[in-house]
Amino acid sequence: MHLILFILFAGFCLAGAINLLLQAHPITSALSLVVVMVSLAVLYLLLGAEFLAAAQVIVYAGAIMVLFTFVVMLLNAGREERTMGSNVARALGFPAVVAVLAVIATVILSSKGLGVATLGEGLSNAADGTNIEALSRVLFHELLLPFEVTSVLFLIAILGAVALARHGDGEKAAGK
Amino acid sequence: MNSLFSQEVPISWYLLLSAVLFSLGVVGFLIKRNLITVFMSIELMLNAVNLSFIAFAHQWHAVKGQIIVLFVMMVAAAEAAVGLAIIIAVFRARATLAVDRIDLMKL
Repeated sequence: MHLILFILFAGFCLAGAINLLLQAHPITSALSLVVVMVSLAVLYLLLGAEFLAAAQVIVYAGAIMVLFTFVVMLLNAGREERTMGSNVARALGFPAVVAVLAVIATVILSSKGLGVATLGEGLSNAADGTNIEALSRVLFHELLLPFEVTSVLFLIAILGAVALARHGDGEKAAGK
Repeated sequence: MNSLFSQEVPISWYLLLSAVLFSLGVVGFLIKRNLITVFMSIELMLNAVNLSFIAFAHQWHAVKGQIIVLFVMMVAAAEAAVGLAIIIAVFRARATLAVDRIDLMKL
């Protein structure tokens, strides 16, 4: 069951990612990215990360992709014209990608310590401990300060986004 | 058929899938000519890294492996908000989304 679900959703993932590269229209690329993110959420479920699967669907496939499609439609982005990009990207970029992928694959396939993923096995094998309980125990005790610091990060990000995207009469008012 | 149903999946397959998704993200970053699609490729790379974090967390029953994915999601949300605001500002200034025409800082 695990193998079938893995092959099915890994296939969806790869198909979505390749479709993202092949499509010329940004809105089709955005929808392929939604397919990738939802398939990844299923793979997280298979690996026993229920909370992160839910967060993946809500945050990534929900919030971030809505933002993306909103901007695509707001800016009325049409088909992209295909150029071959810069020479540096062609000469160095693609061999570098192939080299990095080959190195990572060699390391992964030759490492001895990796086991198998067992369906239904989460962070702990205890019968009474749930995934969310184990996560929140660490997040709200040991890592409370980094968690709170992210709220400051969000505040700064909101202020930055508003300041950047506000219509240009801010500068005119400052210039007078 | 019964053996196919009870088959386990090696962790290395998840890691390989993650590596391939990351490489596809890098390739998209290099070949896409639209600013928004380039940004989508970056999100794809972030997602690929999250998958390998969760695969390792499953392997070693490490809680912090899943928590760092949560933090990556938070940072990605903030990054998407700021990045798309920058894209809107660039579009307002240059009236184009093609990365070949946004070359003010090019030598």
